[in-house]
Amino acid sequence: MSNESNKARTAPRAHERVKAARKPDRPRVGAYISDLFDDFFEIHGDRLFGDDAAMLCGIAAFEGRPVTVAGSVKGTDLDSNIARNFGMASPDGYRKFQRAIKQAEKFGRPVVTFIDTPGASPTATAEERGQGEAIARCLFELSGLKTPVIAVFTGEGGSGGALALGLADSVIMLENAIYSVLSPEGFASILWKDASRAEEAAEVMKLTAEDLRGFGMADAIVREPHGGAGANRPALMRALRPVLRRALNELCALDTETLLAQRYKKYRKF
Amino acid sequence: MDNIFSAFSNRRRVLEALNNIHRKRIPAAKPCPSCGQAVAKNALHLCPKCGHHYAISARLRLDRLLDEGSVTLFEDIPSRDPLDFPGYGEKLSLMRTKTGLNDAYCVREGAIAGRRVVAAALEPEFMMGSMGTAVGEAVTRAIERAHKSGLPLIIFSASGGARMQEGMFSLMQMAKTAAALRAFSDGGGLFISILTNPTTGGVTASFASLGDIILAEPDALIGFAGPRVIEQTIGAKLPEGFQRAEFQLAHGFVDAIVPRGEMRGAIARLLKLHPETEAAK
Repeated sequence: MSNESNKARTAPRAHERVKAARKPDRPRVGAYISDLFDDFFEIHGDRLFGDDAAMLCGIAAFEGRPVTVAGSVKGTDLDSNIARNFGMASPDGYRKFQRAIKQAEKFGRPVVTFIDTPGASPTATAEERGQGEAIARCLFELSGLKTPVIAVFTGEGGSGGALALGLADSVIMLENAIYSVLSPEGFASILWKDASRAEEAAEVMKLTAEDLRGFGMADAIVREPHGGAGANRPALMRALRPVLRRALNELCALDTETLLAQRYKKYRKF
Repeated sequence: MDNIFSAFSNRRRVLEALNNIHRKRIPAAKPCPSCGQAVAKNALHLCPKCGHHYAISARLRLDRLLDEGSVTLFEDIPSRDPLDFPGYGEKLSLMRTKTGLNDAYCVREGAIAGRRVVAAALEPEFMMGSMGTAVGEAVTRAIERAHKSGLPLIIFSASGGARMQEGMFSLMQMAKTAAALRAFSDGGGLFISILTNPTTGGVTASFASLGDIILAEPDALIGFAGPRVIEQTIGAKLPEGFQRAEFQLAHGFVDAIVPRGEMRGAIARLLKLHPETEAAK
């Protein structure tokens, strides 16, 4: 604990973490998949309505082990962000994810998710197709999934849209990733009727990786290279790979009953 | 001067009071927001003219649902203030005094037409029924209680969503309640979820949407994102009736719309169609 307070003196303030988490140069889910996994095969569509470009799901190998990978997808510039809806998934995306994880369970594959989203898409069409139900069903499926689930928070972890991919046995956060009940702007707007007080909100919301580890909501923090995750991608991946490997090895060694009991306990305590 | 004025206003108050006694103390009813008629709401908090559903307290709702002799549970769950959010502690005490509830929930074990159930309702007057740790814990305990006793579970939702003041702990309640429901469902438990005005945000995106049967009260606002957020996002006004119960029925997210006056009967009929479990006998 004294270690933590030492860190607090030198650590960037929370609103600087928010800025860093949103930096456009941060690696996107595709980068993590190509650098850490082999033989990625992307699956498309929820088999119900459409294929959400803001949600990426597929099968790949991590150091020879087949896994299901999934993640919210942000773009890298305005055009690709529009195509990806700025990483805000629709019900079709969450239902594609449900399909992917049920398949993972069927074939005994662990699930690894990468989360970087401002939140679930808040549009009229998303509401028409049941955004609330889609997220609720992800939580329902994840909480009983018979294979390990590992969530990696790589940037913004916004609200229910992030939790829908984040209910996991092991939660890994990059040093500058954030995870919050709502964006600081939304929080300031609801509680203080003033979205311009977002920086102040970030400071009180306890949304940094350190905060969340303190709460037991994150299990591991991966240090980012000097200049942030986008400044040195190989160094970032070198830091993340062993953390992911350890989590996979530990969780895959558990029998299903223990795995599910542990997962229940993990969320029951809040 | 002061005295003259206060004497005058006192006199007026006395006259008004006498006048009210004369008129059998019926306070002037506000016009109904649906039909505009100035009539007092009835015992179920409905407009007697048009059936408009006014908000109803969690306790009154469960009083009307359950047979006599139900037992209130989990009144001692502490609320958390993990962000040390300025003013939150005072707000909670104020709300407790105002509503007489520990937080925005009421949970009971009782019976509906003789059939034992665990029933819960969220309290719209307590910080808009928002879900923080206490509400999430109460809902989870209700689920676990129903699971252990093999009883059907009935939850009336009325909520603005996650309680911002408790930050990430509020978000975690979504995971906690959904996980409890998964275990309950895997064990064969029956969950009837009733969506009332309003059911939004983190409550919609967790337990409220996970009912085996989902009922809604007429005209209830039901959604994930609130209408104002959507209008800001899409830069346009939403059409009349968007996200209302009838809209959700048409879009396949609700099994039936049941007016409040028929709710107890409808639930009793559903319970009959789900035979009592061995554990409950």
